Amino acid sequence: MNPVLKLLLEGGSLTTAQMASVAGLSVADVEQHLEQLKKDKILLGWRPVLDLSREAAAGAAVRAVIEVKVTPERGGGFNRFAERIARFDEVESCYLMSGGYDLLVFVKGPSLQKVASFVSEKLSTIEGVLSTSTHFMLRCYKEQGYLLDGGDAPTTRLNVAP
Amino acid sequence: MNPPDFIARHVAALPKSGIRDFFELVAKLKGQDVISLGVGEPDFVTPWHIREAAIFALEKGKTYYTSNLGLIELRRAVSDYVGKHFGISYRPEDQVIITVGVSEALDLACRAFINPGDKVMFHQPCYVSYSPSVVLAHGHAIAVPTYAKDNFALTAEALRAAWQPGARMLMLNLPCNPTGGTCTREQLEKIAEFAREKDLLVLTDEIYSELTFDGTHTSIASLPGMAERTIFLHGFSKAFAMTGWRIGYACGPAPLIDAMMKVHQYSMLCASIIAQEAALEALLRGWDDVLRMREQYHRRRDLIVRRFNEIGLKCHSPRGSFYAFPDVTATGLSEKDFATNLLTSQKVAVVPGIAFGENGKGHVRACFATSYEQLIVACDRIERFVQKK
Repeated sequence: MNPVLKLLLEGGSLTTAQMASVAGLSVADVEQHLEQLKKDKILLGWRPVLDLSREAAAGAAVRAVIEVKVTPERGGGFNRFAERIARFDEVESCYLMSGGYDLLVFVKGPSLQKVASFVSEKLSTIEGVLSTSTHFMLRCYKEQGYLLDGGDAPTTRLNVAP
Repeated sequence: MNPPDFIARHVAALPKSGIRDFFELVAKLKGQDVISLGVGEPDFVTPWHIREAAIFALEKGKTYYTSNLGLIELRRAVSDYVGKHFGISYRPEDQVIITVGVSEALDLACRAFINPGDKVMFHQPCYVSYSPSVVLAHGHAIAVPTYAKDNFALTAEALRAAWQPGARMLMLNLPCNPTGGTCTREQLEKIAEFAREKDLLVLTDEIYSELTFDGTHTSIASLPGMAERTIFLHGFSKAFAMTGWRIGYACGPAPLIDAMMKVHQYSMLCASIIAQEAALEALLRGWDDVLRMREQYHRRRDLIVRRFNEIGLKCHSPRGSFYAFPDVTATGLSEKDFATNLLTSQKVAVVPGIAFGENGKGHVRACFATSYEQLIVACDRIERFVQKK
């Protein structure tokens, strides 16, 4: 496996130079691995993980999850719907699901009204969409692997031990 | 009345661990930006599902004593685990005892098997408790040196050279704290042959066995004819990141486990039920955590060993454990001066090898159970320190 990808999968946030140190590569090698991962469309990009309940980060803080039922098309199945829906800027993530509905869409907007109008005017009016069910997120406890309450207390490990 | 006169002579004569002095020294720098490679435990906190199992046990009112040997469910899980990972078969009913960490198991074994004056062989450099545990049981500890040229593997030749009449027991700790030394199967076979020849009981502390990075770990207890003369000690502290839970176990022939149980019964009674419940969860569902942590330790080992050698501190690649044990003699400093000066000038703590016995001279122990970021900075500081020398 690509040694840089291994480090990325660990979920830390090492700089290029740190990754080079850990993997025993030059910085240029690491950059080349990162380029290759992007070229191969394995690494799609970088984004900060923010606590959106904090005033400073709350620029677009209304988030909703929408369950969408659609009529699959002959030939295209769900893909054409999913790809079309996914292209809206409001949509952060979009998944095809098993179970009681077809697509699960994560949406973010600056206000409740904006998200609501996205659902009623854009999403539900796409031909083939049978129904939508929108759930607004009230509070976040864990965001992409990060606990919002900080998780464990700072380490109390002894500095020197046998 | 002079209070020290009340102290038993063999305890009064026992020196305090050399680690203790260094601990005090580091403690004085509290608040400063010290990176410690002086620790002896994982930096990972116990995986949540294991902690949650302990909370659940408390919620269900599991607050009582357990049987002296420990919860039978846990002993069954230990028996399965040791069978699967070490290829040794122990009956959960009478060949397994759950203890308060390997430390208690070691103490039980010493008290159960050593007669006053018996000789016990152990390899050195080693964990700080081995020799004192023997002395506290009124035995004589005989150090067998291991050497950097052998990557700190114990050799049968060294054992033979150190052997004395009256030796009854041999203590092993492979992979070894502080050297990371291990033995190949062939080396273990020779040690086993020696143990059979000299009729020694073998006490094997394999607490770091899951953290073997190159090749597979072999337990001496799994070799032909050895299970009957071996006490296998293991626990959860290192592989499952559970040091503070104080939970371990010993496996061996039923009469020997029964003898250890007697001492345990009259002293500890049983290990904490909460820790036992957590340990059960660790064995049943914790293997993926072990692999995840081992992979990170492996990369950290490669990093620190490469850096030490680049810096000019000769360092073998430890096959197991989370300790590097570089040779610092090239700096012209003793291991104590190296560690002290490094701490005061560059704020990096390592432990002088002498704390692990005479044969640790010229080396320091650097624990790599710390984040990549910290390791990188620590190595850069050590490099600056060595260059300034």
